[in-house]
Amino acid sequence: MSESTKSNHESFLEYKGKYRGILGWILSTDHKRIGLLYLYTMLVFFSVAAILGLLMKIQLIAPGHTIMGPATYNAMFTMHGIIMIFIIVVPGLPAVFGNFFLPLMIGAKDVAFPKLNLASWWIYVIGILIVLTSQFMGDGPPDTGWTFYAPYSFQTPANIVPALVGAFVLGFSSILTGINFVVTIHRLRAPGMKWLKMPLFPWTLYATAWIQILATPVIGITLLLTVMERTLGVGIFDPALGGDPILYQHLFWIYSHPAVYIMILPGMGVISEILPVFSRKRIYGYKAIVLSSLAIAFVGYFVWGHHMFTSGMSGRALFAFSFLTFLVAIPSAIKVFNWVATMYKGSLIFQTPFFWAVSFVFVFMIGGFSGLTLGSLATNVHLHDTHFVVAHFHFIVFGGTGFSFLAALHYWFPKMFGRMFDASWANMGWLIFFAGFLALYLPMFYLGIMGMPRRYYDYLPEFHGANILSSLGAILMIGGALIIIVNLVRSSRYGEKTNDKNPWGGKTLEWQADTPPTLENWEDIPEVTEKPYEYK
Amino acid sequence: MSQEKPHISSYRSHVFVLAALIVLTGISVAVTTLELGRLDTLVAMLIAGAKAGIVLVWFMHLKFDNKLYTIFTVLVIVVFLLVLYVTFFDYSYR
Repeated sequence: MSESTKSNHESFLEYKGKYRGILGWILSTDHKRIGLLYLYTMLVFFSVAAILGLLMKIQLIAPGHTIMGPATYNAMFTMHGIIMIFIIVVPGLPAVFGNFFLPLMIGAKDVAFPKLNLASWWIYVIGILIVLTSQFMGDGPPDTGWTFYAPYSFQTPANIVPALVGAFVLGFSSILTGINFVVTIHRLRAPGMKWLKMPLFPWTLYATAWIQILATPVIGITLLLTVMERTLGVGIFDPALGGDPILYQHLFWIYSHPAVYIMILPGMGVISEILPVFSRKRIYGYKAIVLSSLAIAFVGYFVWGHHMFTSGMSGRALFAFSFLTFLVAIPSAIKVFNWVATMYKGSLIFQTPFFWAVSFVFVFMIGGFSGLTLGSLATNVHLHDTHFVVAHFHFIVFGGTGFSFLAALHYWFPKMFGRMFDASWANMGWLIFFAGFLALYLPMFYLGIMGMPRRYYDYLPEFHGANILSSLGAILMIGGALIIIVNLVRSSRYGEKTNDKNPWGGKTLEWQADTPPTLENWEDIPEVTEKPYEYK
Repeated sequence: MSQEKPHISSYRSHVFVLAALIVLTGISVAVTTLELGRLDTLVAMLIAGAKAGIVLVWFMHLKFDNKLYTIFTVLVIVVFLLVLYVTFFDYSYR
């Protein structure tokens, strides 16, 4: 059998190319293998950051010193944030599921630049290694929080520079993935797949890719300027040298707020894929969802100031940013309306991906509404830098991106591995995780309103009860996460084998490809005649 | 997907780009000797913008490419200018 024929019959998991063993993975330019490389890397670092988070919650189970002192606590929340944001949720869905499924969903054999795609993963790994070195060098781990705010980030003796340089390098990986996806979507869509016949997950990847390309350089430059500030004392952000620390916050959030949309938009795409399939109904308002994705990407650029309401901006800027923040809630609400309308009178199928999808909608709503509370100028002054903010962004970032990530993993698992997961364990894992999640983060809203500040290792005795509940929630959630991870890892090796191309009854192109897909995905590139989600 | 016809730039246009960039660099050095007050940054940015425009239009072939690329480039510049505007909106009212 010739090489190209072989590649069209063997699954990508079995295909043996130029390199064997682990080299066949880490040097592979196949988009599916690269997607799995990202998945495995993230799984390792998610476990590390989740353990750091759990240790922080154990510290907070009682007032005073329980298992760590203030310096260790500061280092813990900094590392937890850096890993979770820069290594897990920003690359998250695009790097894993975008890489794996974008070409399959638009009928392409690979992304536009496969070698660049592999380079992106390598740059990602190099960035992680640089970040990790900050933990083991002489002056102690970073303690600034993942935001590296000036002027503390160039005053602290801790190892800030490697963390900044690592985050800078990670940004390149993100930009290159964004460029790859934009070109892939423009150039490699299957014949007949006009823009408005493209499924919604690729649409959200497209909107996200533009944010990755346009916003990431800003954080790169900002982090580099901070390195220069620390090492050369150039005086851009340091008020002692005539610099402006609020400029740092502007530049930081010009990237980091759109980055929230890098995290959440692909998650919204995943939910828009799952709900029609498990409702056996056409998605409600396809065009509205597409336009709202683009609107979120665009308006999301101009709301960064709501992170800085108490930083000393001008009154007019406060008003403008508050108004824009309320504006960006509209396209998000359009999506929620469309998801609920899609389920309305549908033939609902209660399986694991559906559970994750509806729980996403639930937690995203709570996250969204609490976001409006923070976007309002008067309440923000009271709630700024309290546990309310921590609860809000975990509902959005973890509840949004994390839930949609797990929804995607369960939904596409059979296609990725050619095996089914154990549904009973998966459902139990979801239930425990969901209950733990609510018990962990809901009390934080209360704590924040009552005035408990974030980033403190200690608290007043009146906050004890809610903190106990929150810490127990963390333990419960980690238990659920363990069940989910063990079940999926075990199922990927020993789960029931399936060659069923379409186990859930999906209508998008990836369900026409082999399970698991062959190296080049398609024997013949499919021709698209219908819109996606055409359930009769 | 259809392939667009490749466009090969002439040496003349490359020389034009080089000459324009050298002249504009000379101008940006020369204006530093003038006392323009608050206009200093604006003038420097305008000259730098003109240089970037020349590189984009001729050296990077935007003029000869599919119009879609021009649209996207303009959109990106608009977003960039809006971000600048919103940032300096804060500074101008402090």
